[in-house]
Amino acid sequence: MIGRVCIVGAGTIGSLFAGHLAQVVDVCVLTRRREHAQALDEHGLRVTGRTELTARLDATADPSALPQFDLGIVCCKGTDLETVAASLEGRAAQATLMTVQNGLGAEGVVRRHGDWPLISAITFMSGTRHSDTEVEYILDTATWLGPYEETPLARVREVEALIRSSGLRAQAFEDLRPLQWSKLVFNATVNGVAALTGLPHDFHFASEAEPTDLGRLVHALMEEGTAVAQAAGPGTADDPWEMNVHATGRGSGHYPSMLEDVNAERPTEVESINGALVREAERLGVEIPLQRSLYALVRAREASYS
Amino acid sequence: MVGCGAVGSLFAANLAQLDDVEVWAYDLDRAQVDAINANGLRLIGAGDVLGLVRATTDAGELPACDLGIVATKAMHTEPAIAVTAHAFAEGAVASVQNGIGNEETLARHVRRVIRGTTFPAGKVVSPGVVQWDVKGDTTLGPFEPSPAASEEIERLADACTRAGMPTEAVTDARPAQWRKVVFNAATNPVGALTRLTHGRACERPDLRAVISGLVDEGRAVAAAQRITLDADPEEMIDHAAKPDVAYDHKSSMLQDVEARRPTEIDYLNGGIARFGRELGVPTPLNDAITALVKGLEDSWTLS
Repeated sequence: MIGRVCIVGAGTIGSLFAGHLAQVVDVCVLTRRREHAQALDEHGLRVTGRTELTARLDATADPSALPQFDLGIVCCKGTDLETVAASLEGRAAQATLMTVQNGLGAEGVVRRHGDWPLISAITFMSGTRHSDTEVEYILDTATWLGPYEETPLARVREVEALIRSSGLRAQAFEDLRPLQWSKLVFNATVNGVAALTGLPHDFHFASEAEPTDLGRLVHALMEEGTAVAQAAGPGTADDPWEMNVHATGRGSGHYPSMLEDVNAERPTEVESINGALVREAERLGVEIPLQRSLYALVRAREASYS
Repeated sequence: MVGCGAVGSLFAANLAQLDDVEVWAYDLDRAQVDAINANGLRLIGAGDVLGLVRATTDAGELPACDLGIVATKAMHTEPAIAVTAHAFAEGAVASVQNGIGNEETLARHVRRVIRGTTFPAGKVVSPGVVQWDVKGDTTLGPFEPSPAASEEIERLADACTRAGMPTEAVTDARPAQWRKVVFNAATNPVGALTRLTHGRACERPDLRAVISGLVDEGRAVAAAQRITLDADPEEMIDHAAKPDVAYDHKSSMLQDVEARRPTEIDYLNGGIARFGRELGVPTPLNDAITALVKGLEDSWTLS
């Protein structure tokens, strides 16, 4: 029985969870900034776009002021995760925590700070945050979740049902890891290549006619990543190259977030995506020279910002 | 001088200092040509030089020349030599361009070709004014399938040296040419893709490892042709990264990327990859870098 949910980190994804879940369950929100918590307490949270709703919720920037909760959805940025997890240490003893960070290893970071049952998740929903108290829900794609370590599948199904009842899409899997790996290998390649070339994810990424065509590089990077996934155990659920051919075949020319970050001279997620893949390959003794080079180039591109 | 951009201007302005040499320059950049004819060709930076050079955008105006130096971007070699070849009917022509494959193109239009490699670098700061960033040596030798006479090669080397551009005439210029192409292919695209100056790129150990990976592949392709580089590219790269050498230098490919001009990637990493394929030497990193830079060029054509 999930009586209260705590949303940890109220960026775009956290706000989407908070606004929807508050329709069906008590929601408290832990924010990083005190003004953000005050604004949410005073005005509530407004969701526009795919759904139109206003939510009343309890918000605080002080972890010691949090009430007891049954489910914590950790939505902070990967770069803040260590600090956030440390602030939860010794709290919410009966809660299950779910991590939705990009990349790899979020569960392990949280685990170092407590023995809560953990749920792994990756989310494909997207939105735009217009202010501390307003978020626009843009892509109503699903959140995938699965047990981490010994967490019972029944608990995962309970969370899946709760998320669905709030109007968001969710799907539970017995083993999320091959899906996480597919997404990681796909993202590390497509984001890194897009960030360096300035190309949206378009036909160039699948073009293999000439030896120096971009598709050859994309294919080789994905083979390297898939080898790491296999060495790690889970392998990949969907073949990243087929995902790439399929996505570019639609002709929409999506701008990956890392390209948008580079264009705006914002810090990218290269550490939690490409960095995670390279470190995992090192740990497992898998050689991935092309991905290692891509990682170094994107990091250097970030260092060039004025 | 065929092509009077940064490197061409370094040769043209310095050679124009000699009493016994008359310098003509052919270039398609009207503003550059007009400024040179009106005010002379000025070098600033590593040397302060004003050269009186006759410049033209019309190849038909060129008189018969004893010696030619081609300094266009590598992808412009073919059209540039096609229209200027008449001036070299009795002369020899040297390439001091980047990359590999330029001499083959020249030899389709002129009889006597000099294989050249040059290290000085700079940039055009305004029409007729070139910033001389890096001094360096030039090596000239015969292009084996269609060689210039050793006497011609020595004459050109002597003139350049007297003009303040130290130049050596050698019997085999391939070790110097491959030293430079390996150096450039390892450093130019890394600057272009990351936007970092040479020094800042070399400070990053993970990026320096990418540069070394590119050097290793280039060296292997040279070795497969029995060419031993005449200097260690790794030492040159570290030397250039020093604060008082070329720490702040933006590679020419980075300058191209910033101006959204086509790069010479096909003649640098693309050239190494092409030779590698013909010789059966794998060059995965050069293939990757070529694909990334070509992708970057393609991104400029999107709306």
